[in-house]
Amino acid sequence: MAEKINYKSVILNPFSKNNPVIVQVLGICSALAVTAKLEPAIVMGVSVISVLAFSNVIISLLRNTIPTNIRIIVQLVVVAGLVVIVDQLLKAYAYDVSKQLSVFIGLIITNCILMGRLEAFAMANKPWPSFLDGIGNGIGYTIILVIVAFFRELLGSGTLLGYQVIPQSFYDAGYVNNGLMILPPMALIVVGCIIWVHRSINKDLQE
Amino acid sequence: MENFNLFIRSIFVDNMIFAYFLGMCSFLAVSKNVKTALGLGVAVTFMLVISLPINYLLNTYILSAGALSWLGPEYADVDLSFLSLIMFIAVIASMTQLVEMAVEKYSPSLYASLGIFLPLIAVNCAILGGSLFMQQRGFDSVWTAVCAGGGWGLGWLLAIVAIAAIRERLETYSNIPRPLRGIGITFILTALMGIAFMSFLGIKI
Repeated sequence: MAEKINYKSVILNPFSKNNPVIVQVLGICSALAVTAKLEPAIVMGVSVISVLAFSNVIISLLRNTIPTNIRIIVQLVVVAGLVVIVDQLLKAYAYDVSKQLSVFIGLIITNCILMGRLEAFAMANKPWPSFLDGIGNGIGYTIILVIVAFFRELLGSGTLLGYQVIPQSFYDAGYVNNGLMILPPMALIVVGCIIWVHRSINKDLQE
Repeated sequence: MENFNLFIRSIFVDNMIFAYFLGMCSFLAVSKNVKTALGLGVAVTFMLVISLPINYLLNTYILSAGALSWLGPEYADVDLSFLSLIMFIAVIASMTQLVEMAVEKYSPSLYASLGIFLPLIAVNCAILGGSLFMQQRGFDSVWTAVCAGGGWGLGWLLAIVAIAAIRERLETYSNIPRPLRGIGITFILTALMGIAFMSFLGIKI
């Protein structure tokens, strides 16, 4: 690499300016599936951060030895191996959460953020910046998941992390949970609104 | 006849995009014009039709519980289903690589316009999702797998072409708030189409 990499921008850009979900539009499937409640969204985010960081490092170490034509298979094997490790760790130390998340942890393999970052960044950069890139993008993904899950759980179930937030007196006065928020299409609308707000602030991203 | 029913149901009722929200990434990013969307839709359909029967055979004769009994009675209690995720993704990835090389050779313009999303077909959730549904529902023959794969693929194609057509018109005929233009309005459109497609749920042909 002749060009010097600015580490700070590598890790901070994905938070907002180059967010994997709302700017690069990757990893939408799981963002829709796990955000009906806040807790699975957080665990999912942490799992994606760790898988993304370590797969970025491994692929970056291997990048000069992988033949171009079979690179996808190599990348998928690395990711699948890491996902199995995360799955087993969750089963060992956080069994309840892993039972809630079982399907979605498997779906990390097909999370487009992983392949996107491996193709776009880790294949061309050294291990340390790749690690930072993985951490940054994972955190960017988690931020969006948490925001979406916050609104969906608050409006859809009236709870946050399982605790009742909206007081009983509201329900007595005729307040009803918005059942539509639990359905997957509403996650799309919430993400759409986040993009709206985000692009109102960052005018250079507007089309 | 049963397979034909499954085929139709897979297109409309069990639509990959609107009922399961699988394969959203490429759906949102490659739907700017109808021609590219059609190209990707055909590629995804092709991948589903090829990978589903292969994974079906793998699952039936090697991976599921007791599947190895054709080797001999002593293998009857071997259960390799914990390997299925890795095996499915390996089949899908190698098939994608083949398709990518073929497209690069025979249609460089399509290759250039699909860009990074051609390799991303391998991680298109719709394709792995198709194989996992196949395993979960226990299809009874290879033809069932072919029909379901074709149906899911065509449903995905229908969805991406529909949204691409809407987005093409949107550019000329509507006055969307500037920050919402592009990807923002596409999310909301997809949500509205998804709610519309929910009316198909529960229909039996």
